[in-house]
Amino acid sequence: MTASLTRYGLRFVALGYLLALLIVPVVMILRKAFENGFGPFWTAITQPDAVHALKLTLEIALISVPLNTAFGIVFAIMLVRHDFPGKSVLNAFLALPFALSPVVIGLALILAYGEGGWFGKDLANAGFQVVFSMPGMILATLFVSLPFVAREVMPVLREIGDEQEQAAATLGAGAFTTFRRITLPAIRWGVIYGVILTTARCIGEYGAVAVISGNVIGETETMPLIVKRLYDGFDKQGAYSVSVVLAAIALTTVLLMTLFKPKVEA
Amino acid sequence: MAIHALNVTKRFGDFVALDDVSLEIPDGSLTALLGPSGSGKSTLLRVIAGLEAPDTGTVSLNGRDVSTLPAHRRGVGFVFQHYAAFKHMTVARNIAFGLEIRKRPKKEIKQRVAELIDLVHLEGLGNRYPSQLSGGQRQRMALARALAVEPEVLLLDEPFGALDARVRKDLRAWLRRLHDEVHVTTVIVTHDQEEAMEVADSVVVMQKGRIEQEGAPQELYENPVNRFVMSFVGPVSTLGDALVRPHDLEIRHSPNGTTRAATVDRLVHLGFEVRVMLTLDDGEQVEAQLTRDEAAQLGIDAGSSVYVRPRAERHFADGDESDGQEPATVSQSSP
Amino acid sequence: MSQPAASAPARTFSPAAALPGLAAGVAVLYLSIIVLLPLSALAWAARDGGWDAFWSAVSAPDAVAALKLTMGVAALVVLLNGVFGTILAWVLVRDNFIGKSAVNAIVDLPFALPTIVVGVVLLLLYGYQSPVGINVAYTRAGIVLALMFETLPFVVRSVQPVLLELDREMEEAAASLGATPLTCFRRIVFPNLLPAILSGGGLAFAKAIGEFGSVVLISGNIPYKTQVASVLIFGRIESDNQDAAAAISVLMLALALAVLMLIGLAQRWGTKHDR
Repeated sequence: MTASLTRYGLRFVALGYLLALLIVPVVMILRKAFENGFGPFWTAITQPDAVHALKLTLEIALISVPLNTAFGIVFAIMLVRHDFPGKSVLNAFLALPFALSPVVIGLALILAYGEGGWFGKDLANAGFQVVFSMPGMILATLFVSLPFVAREVMPVLREIGDEQEQAAATLGAGAFTTFRRITLPAIRWGVIYGVILTTARCIGEYGAVAVISGNVIGETETMPLIVKRLYDGFDKQGAYSVSVVLAAIALTTVLLMTLFKPKVEA
Repeated sequence: MAIHALNVTKRFGDFVALDDVSLEIPDGSLTALLGPSGSGKSTLLRVIAGLEAPDTGTVSLNGRDVSTLPAHRRGVGFVFQHYAAFKHMTVARNIAFGLEIRKRPKKEIKQRVAELIDLVHLEGLGNRYPSQLSGGQRQRMALARALAVEPEVLLLDEPFGALDARVRKDLRAWLRRLHDEVHVTTVIVTHDQEEAMEVADSVVVMQKGRIEQEGAPQELYENPVNRFVMSFVGPVSTLGDALVRPHDLEIRHSPNGTTRAATVDRLVHLGFEVRVMLTLDDGEQVEAQLTRDEAAQLGIDAGSSVYVRPRAERHFADGDESDGQEPATVSQSSP
Repeated sequence: MSQPAASAPARTFSPAAALPGLAAGVAVLYLSIIVLLPLSALAWAARDGGWDAFWSAVSAPDAVAALKLTMGVAALVVLLNGVFGTILAWVLVRDNFIGKSAVNAIVDLPFALPTIVVGVVLLLLYGYQSPVGINVAYTRAGIVLALMFETLPFVVRSVQPVLLELDREMEEAAASLGATPLTCFRRIVFPNLLPAILSGGGLAFAKAIGEFGSVVLISGNIPYKTQVASVLIFGRIESDNQDAAAAISVLMLALALAVLMLIGLAQRWGTKHDR
């Protein structure tokens, strides 16, 4: 009797918690954005600023995701298959983006590449504007989304072991061929899952990009940034509408994660 | 009666694990539940322990009906195939666990744990963790842990299944000696007929959720009630319709009325025992068993032509199931 | 710096063999540009005016208040989500009900939802025009709420795999020895979950102390009352006081590193008795 009481009690607490904290708020925004019908929603997200923000967000993601995927795979192979001094340092640096405040990340980038920063003058002379412009936002996005692919690929690499790669070598395959034909196919689910997480992070990043972008309206505004501006400016409909787009992307991400996670763990 | 299970049935979905099983186990005995996988022997054990709830039927321990009691109120000791060691506790704390739960005084616990560690020969290992012990040592610890609370009944679920052959043999003998010393009613589940025959006072053979036969090991060997029991409990050669024990198959150089012609395929020398693989005149392949001296005396080899006949054989009505007492026909050949 | 991946020995030098070394080199260069250089620049700026400047930046009254608030709120949130997270993990692993896999998926939402949207969304339900009459806008409770949202998945996802792997027979053995389900949880299950709870909690703590987007709308950023460290740093940057911002940031960086180290220890402790 008490056993089932405990079971229902725990279930009630768990589900109640999720409902109150996660589910109801997200459902509410869906309702609020469409409160006055589809029209206002559509108007809000087709504003030129909003459209520009969407484009910018996607551009940044389109550049950042492949970069962090490629390098993520390299880092994973380095850390799992090779031994070298400073390995644990590399590991620590890969974990940092998880633990650091986005504001700190933005600041660090400004201090390195901003006008008064270490490379500021050199970059300016080369015609490169980092802070308050696209390159800076890309750097910030790269920083925060750096570890995902690496972290997803590493356990897969460990799991499959290097025997297949050794077998390929004895059959005459060089390093790149082995990578292309043996390693890469073996880690593909880890890579895909990592890409899903990376993309979500690239699209959704706020703090670091906010710091480095200077929020030039219509120019350096990503979707998360425009949500803040609209909300501060009391354009609730606008803020909710863009939020709904972002929430839809997030829910799609969650769906993809659920679909692909079992494949990674197989 | 230490254990009395009555009309126990248990289904897992469509699979019938136990089919109206009734069993009585006398006080102080060491009984083996023997059978192949899926026979229901582990399920029956777990039902007795309260780890599994039967669909129908009752379980009584020493006259007490425990059917509605959860596992932690039944007072049965249970030993698992994979030890179920509390990996985050030392050996000593593992053994002490049951006593600590019963809030025994610290001094008493310490003393009892020391006694048990000696009993199971784990001296000096009290402060180690299970991950630092071998499989055999972990199982001895599990036994000590179960015995610590002086259970009325001790249940072991394939306790040696995960161990090397050599360790298995040693622990088997050790369990028997332990039982002789401690006299707790013990039930051991195994699929290894040699283990059951060696260790137990009484063997219960199960198949497909039913009890086929119960009795002393020798009784089962000499008087099996059906084909299944006979072939499970010892080696068997088939001669047409008859079932013969390999050591009952006589090999001669000359025919004698009831003999059949055969050619020797191969001899396998296993120390004292010699196994002779033969092919009969009609192509049937059988196995005979001789002592080393008998084989030497016969002087046969691969390719030899010989004559064989069973000294004793059994016939059973068709099928493996024994429903009721279907007496097997036994025939003895005249010498 | 790294050996090439396994290739047939005694081969004449070929570009293919050098590829792994090259790739590693480029990767490290990449990491330097993105992470190492910026963090070095940060550390440099922090002590640019000498230790006095560093100290005065870090001990400014509003900075101290912000840091205290940040640590306090983070600790509370980790405690709460430690409990809720474990309960959630338990229900997801041991219980069964319709829609369980949807619930399991939803737990990942905080990972996927942009932080600023989290702020907007929470304010809708728990802000000025709250339909349920709960208004935490501009309060510390609001901060706690936002951080609980953001850190929800950490303990759950940390505990789930451990709970799945847990040897059920240990619990059965404990039951056969007389342990009630509660005792069994307390003495057998919980000790084995603790390392996972701690490492999940560590990750949650690191996230909570640095969280910005979800807090910036809800808290109202009232100095000494509802201003957390990340918002304070942002304010310093906006007022062109980059050195002070850097000083406080370096403190946060040190904290983050310390937490990462502790998480590593917790994880090693967790596998100590496995074999």
